[in-house]
Amino acid sequence: MMSSQRVIVVGGGLAGLSATMKMAELGMSVLLVSFLPVKRSHSVCAQGGINGAVNIKGEGDSPDIHFYDTVKGGDFLAHQPLCKDMCHHAPYVINLMDRLGVTFNRTPEGNLDFRRFGGTLYHRTAFAGATTGQQLLYALDEQVRHFEVQGIVEKMEWHEYLGAVLNDDGRCVGAVIHNLRTGEISALKGDAVILATGGPGLVYGRTTNSMVCTGTATTSAYLQGAKYANGEFIQIHPSAIPGRDKLRLMSESARGEGGRIWVPRKAGDSRTPRDIPENERFYFLEEKYPLFGNLVPRDVGAREIYDICVNDGLGVHGEMKVYLDLTHHTPEFLDRRLGGILEIYEKFTGVDPRVEPMEIFPAVHYSMGGIWTDYTRSAEGLIDHQSPKNQMTSITGLYAAGEADYQYHGGNRLGANSLLSCIYTGLMMSPGVINYVKNLPETAEDHPESVFNDATRQWQERFSTIKEMNGKENPYALHRELAEQMISNVLIVRENSKLEATLDKINEFESRWKNITCLDTTDWSNPVPSFINQLWNMIQLSKVITKGAVMRDEFRGSHYKPEFDLKQPDDFQPETYLEFEKQKADGNLNESAFNEQHLAYMKRFAENNEKWLKTTIAEYKNGTSGSEGGPEISYEDVDTSLITPRPRKYN
Amino acid sequence: MSDTVTFKIKRQNTAESSPYWENFVIPYIPNSNVISCLMDIQTKPENSKGEKVTPVVWESNCLEEVCGSCTMVINGKVHQACSALIDKLEKPITLEPMSKFPVIRDLIVDRSRMFEALKKVQAWVTADGYHDLGPGDRESQSIQEVAYKLSECMTCGCCVEACPQYGINNDFLGAAAISQARLFNMHHTARNTADERLDTLMQEGGIADCGNAQNCVEACPKSIPLTESIAEMGRQVSGKLWRNIFKA
Repeated sequence: MMSSQRVIVVGGGLAGLSATMKMAELGMSVLLVSFLPVKRSHSVCAQGGINGAVNIKGEGDSPDIHFYDTVKGGDFLAHQPLCKDMCHHAPYVINLMDRLGVTFNRTPEGNLDFRRFGGTLYHRTAFAGATTGQQLLYALDEQVRHFEVQGIVEKMEWHEYLGAVLNDDGRCVGAVIHNLRTGEISALKGDAVILATGGPGLVYGRTTNSMVCTGTATTSAYLQGAKYANGEFIQIHPSAIPGRDKLRLMSESARGEGGRIWVPRKAGDSRTPRDIPENERFYFLEEKYPLFGNLVPRDVGAREIYDICVNDGLGVHGEMKVYLDLTHHTPEFLDRRLGGILEIYEKFTGVDPRVEPMEIFPAVHYSMGGIWTDYTRSAEGLIDHQSPKNQMTSITGLYAAGEADYQYHGGNRLGANSLLSCIYTGLMMSPGVINYVKNLPETAEDHPESVFNDATRQWQERFSTIKEMNGKENPYALHRELAEQMISNVLIVRENSKLEATLDKINEFESRWKNITCLDTTDWSNPVPSFINQLWNMIQLSKVITKGAVMRDEFRGSHYKPEFDLKQPDDFQPETYLEFEKQKADGNLNESAFNEQHLAYMKRFAENNEKWLKTTIAEYKNGTSGSEGGPEISYEDVDTSLITPRPRKYN
Repeated sequence: MSDTVTFKIKRQNTAESSPYWENFVIPYIPNSNVISCLMDIQTKPENSKGEKVTPVVWESNCLEEVCGSCTMVINGKVHQACSALIDKLEKPITLEPMSKFPVIRDLIVDRSRMFEALKKVQAWVTADGYHDLGPGDRESQSIQEVAYKLSECMTCGCCVEACPQYGINNDFLGAAAISQARLFNMHHTARNTADERLDTLMQEGGIADCGNAQNCVEACPKSIPLTESIAEMGRQVSGKLWRNIFKA
């Protein structure tokens, strides 16, 4: 039976391509389904680099320090065995990508060069100019193209994943796909399906994400019963360029290469930045965080920019903008190390960032949350790479990888860890997926045709209904309204009253969705019915994000509720907490040994973790008596066995 | 500054049907680009006569000129629609699909020929496996800088759209693929199969089809030195021809 078995990979970004490549190497046939030519996937937008403790600079960096930085950066919500395994494999991933032809920048001696990124004090980020994601994607795309020529991989580009085909036992045996040229809907047989479909940024409309990042595929899995985890953890990147169609990213590498963030000390200062003398510039990150400076993690950076602009009123031109200044470097240095992103800035704003400081502001960037996935821990606290459970969703046979999953980044992702997690995951999960497929009692082919025909028919009916929609609402305009709500209320600073009002608003959007008009009812290359279906899924996912945010009454990572800020005393050191925990564990807590304020804070911290150091799980429940369905929220423990959770501090 | 912008868009309903022009007048909004205007048309799909029409269909993804999707002919020049800023364009603005590829619908064309060309020139490194084989070879900064530039090619099609030799009905590989052959012939291990790439370039549709118009390098949005690549591959092909003669 083995010869006719195959795995369907949905999505051709870094995670999908690395899984495809690795499974093909191991002899498994792969059907690669993608919305667009895989070479155009969103991974190309990743700019700054990929992390791995190769320690080229002799700073004493190690995979364990990388592991610690990752877990701390994520505010301890990440699953530690996975993070540890990922960080220990990171140097290998970088070496592999180098061997596959990625044109990484070099040191004078010809070694891979590394730069600094947020949330670490080490030079740990390998980079290819400022288009690292593009270069990594191209190398994987080339490998997969080679397998395509050899007939091991079959590509189906211009096809959209609609849903999983589930057998009577609820096991995934294929995928229903939509041909974006002909409009045809059909089912593919596959012994396992991997969703490597990226994040859901478009729920927020204009973000740093690409147009395909609607989260539709993962939301479809959620609507079919898969658990969705940590939806409320949405990363806001501190530095983006305003735009009407998209908020283009200004990479963290600009700060990694010495870029300085500042605002004029005087509110509403109308002088050009060059006319503002040094002593009248407020380098607020450097002043508040002397140790990490401009390279604090993204959640911290975004909050500080919000604070300086909104609460202190010091934003550039009175707006939600700050300067990101690289003008102290020579143009030659900047072109060699940051060329790609400076060109983007210049092209889209008309201002040369080598001469004038850039104006940047925070934008939605990444979803730490995603489809819930599993793993098998090895005895050493790492991952058993042969386990079929690795990256499997709560639907048997349906897997997820990359930004589509949730386990690696906790409450906040460190810059340059996403490229790593995508490639690592694709490589790591492949042997386990193949073990799963090889040990199936019956293959997808063994199933009666009716299983596939029923799934196809269900989606054909769904799209027929959509095409008949003849109401008053324009789907694209409705999407803009949804995005506006999410941007206004579920962003950097979150308040329960606003979040609850947003949930009501989302329910309104859901009702209005039914009054949409399908602007184009033709069959050929018509994106409108697809978009209407995607919009429904975005509405469903916005409920998951917002409800998760309402219910999580704490401040962790990117999820900031001022009301629940535990207010760490300025002079508190995280090591004190380890001593406090140790004494508690030994049963001899000597409270008088601690500063009174510190003790009270540590008690608050411990109590809060007891309650909230948990994964949020959203499960779709059908509505009753006419009302629509929605997420039911519960909480699961996180494996924090390797590094004791402690307060974060970056100054 | 006018308070509206007029677009003249060349539309086509299916691959087989005839193209037609349709005009759209939309409100002028500062800092717009061609994509944001097409999005505005989606939210109110009405032509300049006030008739309700189907929204214009185009291809796009990253919107920051690194994916290559949204390439089209704007005011007669091939360009990415995302980096085509309205304030810098002559009005009215004309949008057409690229002419060197089959039209799918409206502004969407089928560029699969370019990806097939990457197969022909074997644009990949052949690895012994994806297991841990330690670090790759060292490389000088100067070679990395050349290779990096070449590897920024996003298969967008600008170079071949501008090329007088690349026709919808011939089989010229085009500048992008020739430049990729150069990139892999530079690489430590991929150069082991350099001769196979040269064989492809010596066949029909290969390097001899280049007419040296040099339009490609002008059109490339990433300023890739395509004519240098073509010249370099020409030298490599000549070298191989001489070797073949002496071997015979």
